Amino acid sequence: MMINSVTTPTIAPPEHFISVQGLCKSFAGLPLYEDFNLDLPNNQLVSIFGPNGCGKSTLINMISGLIPIDRGEIRIHGKPIRRAKIGYVFQNYRDSMFPWMSAYDNIAYPLRVKGMAEPECRDRVERLISTFNIRLDLKRYPYSFSGGQQQLVSILRALVADPEVLFLDEPFSALDFETTLFVRDKLQEIFMATSIPMLMVVHNLEEAVFLADTVLLLSKRPTHLVEAVPFTVPRPRTPDTLTSPEFIEVSRHCLEIFRQEMRK
Amino acid sequence: MTASSVRSSQNQVRRFPFAQVVDRLLPLVGVLVLFGVWWLIAVSGLINPVLLPTPIATLGTLITGMLTGTMLPDFFATVLRTFSAFLMAAVVGVPVGVALGSSEKLYRSMEFLIDFFRSTPASALIPLFILFFGVSDFSKIVIAAFSAFLLIVFNSAYGVINAKQSRILAAKVMGANRWRVFKDVLLLESLPQTFIGLRSGISISLVIVIVAEMFIGTDQGLGKRIIDAQQVLNVSDMYASILVTGILGYVLNMLFLILEKRFVHWSGK
Ligand SMILES: Nc1ncnc2c1ncn2[C@@H]1O[C@H](COP(=O)(O)OP(=O)(O)OP(=O)(O)O)[C@@H](O)[C@H]1O
Ligand SMILES: [Mg+2]
Repeated sequence: MMINSVTTPTIAPPEHFISVQGLCKSFAGLPLYEDFNLDLPNNQLVSIFGPNGCGKSTLINMISGLIPIDRGEIRIHGKPIRRAKIGYVFQNYRDSMFPWMSAYDNIAYPLRVKGMAEPECRDRVERLISTFNIRLDLKRYPYSFSGGQQQLVSILRALVADPEVLFLDEPFSALDFETTLFVRDKLQEIFMATSIPMLMVVHNLEEAVFLADTVLLLSKRPTHLVEAVPFTVPRPRTPDTLTSPEFIEVSRHCLEIFRQEMRK
Repeated sequence: MTASSVRSSQNQVRRFPFAQVVDRLLPLVGVLVLFGVWWLIAVSGLINPVLLPTPIATLGTLITGMLTGTMLPDFFATVLRTFSAFLMAAVVGVPVGVALGSSEKLYRSMEFLIDFFRSTPASALIPLFILFFGVSDFSKIVIAAFSAFLLIVFNSAYGVINAKQSRILAAKVMGANRWRVFKDVLLLESLPQTFIGLRSGISISLVIVIVAEMFIGTDQGLGKRIIDAQQVLNVSDMYASILVTGILGYVLNMLFLILEKRFVHWSGK
């Protein structure tokens, strides 16, 4: 990085992992986003919270290049989307994993798509699962795992190709309470170990605050950013974090803003 | 599962082995009822015994026919035709169906044609096929293949069209190009539906082969055997041949169900 910035002094390293300028998107003539701007500071875990149907999924799908935008510009680490390496974790692991492949083949799929040789694929997958101390028999098919394990496998699949950003659309919403805690802790571990910036849609305010450096609060349609609330408690965050004064204060503040928005 | 629940379920198995046997034999009840009713009608004299032999006489004819070999050549001729027709239909039908399904425009432009011919009873087309292919063996196979082809194409295309959008997106976001999405996702997503097409395809092949054997005429084949037996009022042979076609159809269906379970292990999970 240092050497790079010395040899090419005109290009400063980008301060934002995601930067959105003048984004417009309509569905069937009805505007969803109009001149939407967003800058997310580097190396953060950012969660998105907002009312139902306000366009949270649409936003991360546009940023990750899954759906086209009408107008505007989106950059990931200063590059256009298609040049960035991204990982994406879908809400419904059941409908996004490939049930005809073993868990191992699912995780290795992004590497194979890139044309990586088999021994290197195996190395990469093995390194990944040993880093996060995951004990799963990866020869089994995804549907033979519990929900939490399946979501974990799909997170590993999103991580295996060293993405520079990880997108997660409601990664906990198909999980029960206990599994949510398990996957959430793993996700925190992954974030602390890799410091890959993450953008995550969460439909539960407590979940949104708990892991995040910044909580983005979105308004009703047409959607704008109401406030980006920072939450700076150091990691690892534990069950004690939930009762800390900072957590309670930030949650209360977010809830109040959300209530105000709903009244409008 | 806790240790106690494991134990209790084992207990249940041990306590009710008889109930389990009964459970397994349940499908045979209907068969026994049918044979019973058939036997009662046959011995009651309500129906001329020349038209309805007893089930025992029929089964006897079936077994001697199969063992002494007069029925076997007919049986194998029909099986061979059915499989040839099915193979032709599958080899062409699956790729065409998958290709049609991957392009909405292509599918919509062919949809009417496929639906029209699917709705036309294939037996109505037999004279047309005779015009083109004569009364040869090939003619019978082609017409059966044609009917099976329509079913297979339709189902494969449908399977691709209804592939889970989220899996296609997942593959795309991992960097898969169109060809990889097709090969790694669409093709496999369509497999459960394709198997339904193949299973209906083999069934319709058998139906049309039997009809064609009756209608076009042939040296050997169960269809011909049934119609010949009927003409000379050899009723026990006729019933025995009908039974054999029924058993054949049933076994083919089971065969494909088993194949489906093996190849589409994820279906319904
Ligand atoms: N393909 C589409 N065609 C038409 N309207 C769409 C389409 N996709 C999304 N919308 C509309 O855009 C709005 C935002 O949808 P989106 O799924 O992004 O919301 P969300 O915030 O993720 O909602 P949820 O909380 O239910 O997940 C909704 O009102 C939805 O009806
Ligand atoms: Mg959503």
